[in-house]
Amino acid sequence: MSESRKEKLEAIDVHVHFGGVKALNGVNLSLQSGDILGLIGPNGAGKTTMVNVLSGFQMPHPGTVKLNGENVSNLSARKMARAGIGRSFQSARLFPKLTVLENLVIPGLGIGLSRRAATSQARDILDWIGYREDPDRQCDSLPYSDERRISIARALALRPSFALLDEPASGMNEQECDRLMQIITRIPQEFGCGVVLIEHNMHVIMGVCHRIHVLDGGKSLAEGTPDEVKKDPKVLRAYLGEQASRPEAVI
Amino acid sequence: MTHFIQVLIDAVAIGSLYALVALAIGLVFGVMRLINFAQGDYITIGAYSLVVPSAAATPALMFGALPWPAMILCVILTVVVLALVTERLAFRPLRNSDLTSLLISSFAVSYFLQSLILMVHGGRPKTVSIGDALSRAVEIFGVRLPGVQLLTMVVALTLLIVLVLFLKKTPIGIQLRAAAEDFQMARLLGVPANRVIAIAFAISGILGGTISLLVIIQTGTLDIRMGLMPTIFAFFATVIGGMGSLPGAVVGGYIMGILSVLLQAYLPAELRPFRDAGVFSIVILILLVRPQGIFAKTAKERV
Repeated sequence: MSESRKEKLEAIDVHVHFGGVKALNGVNLSLQSGDILGLIGPNGAGKTTMVNVLSGFQMPHPGTVKLNGENVSNLSARKMARAGIGRSFQSARLFPKLTVLENLVIPGLGIGLSRRAATSQARDILDWIGYREDPDRQCDSLPYSDERRISIARALALRPSFALLDEPASGMNEQECDRLMQIITRIPQEFGCGVVLIEHNMHVIMGVCHRIHVLDGGKSLAEGTPDEVKKDPKVLRAYLGEQASRPEAVI
Repeated sequence: MTHFIQVLIDAVAIGSLYALVALAIGLVFGVMRLINFAQGDYITIGAYSLVVPSAAATPALMFGALPWPAMILCVILTVVVLALVTERLAFRPLRNSDLTSLLISSFAVSYFLQSLILMVHGGRPKTVSIGDALSRAVEIFGVRLPGVQLLTMVVALTLLIVLVLFLKKTPIGIQLRAAAEDFQMARLLGVPANRVIAIAFAISGILGGTISLLVIIQTGTLDIRMGLMPTIFAFFATVIGGMGSLPGAVVGGYIMGILSVLLQAYLPAELRPFRDAGVFSIVILILLVRPQGIFAKTAKERV
């Protein structure tokens, strides 16, 4: 499944205002295939808004989103999906009355595969994420952690150039998180895509991301490797307030 | 006992009809959140296409004069085209507007189609006789089965099976089910919205045309409002079944059929005129116990 071409996703000087609230205020972001970029920040920092912008749910105003150098800021969410941006949501949003397999066949059909090819791709991906249960099980009866894994699998079944994962670890226990981390780490090489990861669980973020972008109040606060970000005093202040002094204990 | 079995067969036959209409309404509601009250007029127009437009009470046959395979094909095709045209002209432009606008639009389409029939065919009821051979009864184990009822049950069952296979096995069928559950998510995963909605309307047309024929074979009467009662019953069927659930719509259809026939058969004679009031009271009771319907989706509304 892996592809060798390098693709690039960029957000340039992105602003999003909701009335008087500046959800994003001049954020720059870029990543290439192969990258895993973590997007973190306190609640209300603008993380989900950023992912909404990158996936065409929200138009930046002003600002630009470029995919391989081409301006895609005005594309609808559906066209973004077709252009190669796959996304999972905070809530899994699987089709509850469809089976696990059917949920994964849908994106395959969506990118123009035949039913047979879409089905075999779906089985491969299920196998890849380590889902060993009955693929013909209806999704409304899945345990929570399976639901989350399948929703990631479904975003990947679109064979995206970039996969945007919105809090995939929320509500998972430690063991499930570890399994999830293994999956996310292997996404770039297996699918040849870049990953943007929003996550509150710092263990997951620090464990899988190559780079981390920190947002606070709609602005970029810092960007760097996990180690750099961990030690950045600005980041610590944003998370803990002025009295933050023991960096390692925090993140 | 024989009488009871006879009543039960009546109930299943009429329930099959309601189930088909409910399925048509349920499918379109699934992909568009539109309760298409014009479904009844699709049925009416399908029936009127059997005869040549005229003011006569016993008009000459149009599609009704064709050999039966051609007749079935022409009637169904007429209704399919009608359903697709109304979708394209009246519903598609409103797809992103709120549910109220869609609902009002469906009433508008309904009145428009009724006026159209009034203009073309005149207002008074007409008689048309097709499939006379089917009114003969078949006797099985001492139970007399009118051919029409047998036909209705067989046709409904066949259509249900074909539809289930279509929805489960074909790519567009799977996409249609996905769209019915979460339209926005389906689009994000590459499901072609226009095609899926058009297919849902086309199926509602196929069901509508079939119902036209079954109703006409049974009653032999053309009336501008002939599609109205089945549609209202079917609408309640979809509500009891749980809006958006197709198995629910079918089960709801049978429940409505069985309720109305049982009340008709066992209510004291002086109360029979109030049969429908009885049926709808029971529907209200069912909804008081299960407001979300019998097969309601458990999925919560999410943002």
